[in-house]
Amino acid sequence: MTLTLRYFAWVRERVGEPSETVETGAATVAELVEELRGREERYALAFADLRAVRVAVDQELADFEAPIAGVREVAFFPPMTGG
Amino acid sequence: MVVRVQNGDFDIGAELAGLRREAPQSGALVSFIGLVRDMGGAVRGLELEHYPGMTERALAVIEAEARDRWPLDACLVIHRIGRLGPGEQIVLVATASAHREAAFAAAEFVMDFLKSRAPFWKKETGPERARWVAARESDESALKRW
Repeated sequence: MTLTLRYFAWVRERVGEPSETVETGAATVAELVEELRGREERYALAFADLRAVRVAVDQELADFEAPIAGVREVAFFPPMTGG
Repeated sequence: MVVRVQNGDFDIGAELAGLRREAPQSGALVSFIGLVRDMGGAVRGLELEHYPGMTERALAVIEAEARDRWPLDACLVIHRIGRLGPGEQIVLVATASAHREAAFAAAEFVMDFLKSRAPFWKKETGPERARWVAARESDESALKRW
């Protein structure tokens, strides 16, 4: 399935782009991350410590075990620091 | 509620006057303004990034929760993005209610959740390098009191 990935803050800097479209067979966010890690060094770097990374599925906060069937957009970013 | 994410500055006087017109029945209007601290040159400024779309959704959820808990007549959130210099305004949260208790509590609640549940990220630019601001433990624990 086709998925839009979005990256923010230092995750975006490590991956090297703000968004991309990927083809994936992953069932969960965690599986998707494993796929990405195996793809290129920059992803391995961005996802080196998942405790420092938050995830949103279709623009809602989710966890790494969240299923991604039927999902359009998955975003990765550090803990938020607004205000 | 009105949620605005913008590059430009905001005029507190004009914004609060607008809320007073919108909620003439309110006896209490509370406002919080977050500022870029002037650290005497240690920090040159901030760069604020957000997740368009999710930001508005997250803030709408926070506002709905605030309205569930307190009888608010009006609520306004303005958050700036882009480059901001020392002393500049970053965020405005204003709440109006019949009495002050609800307005104070709701403004604090909205700010607490905005800090760690709305997708904004700050990068500090120093004299030599820039660094992403780390989330503070105290910001996360601030949510537990609600």
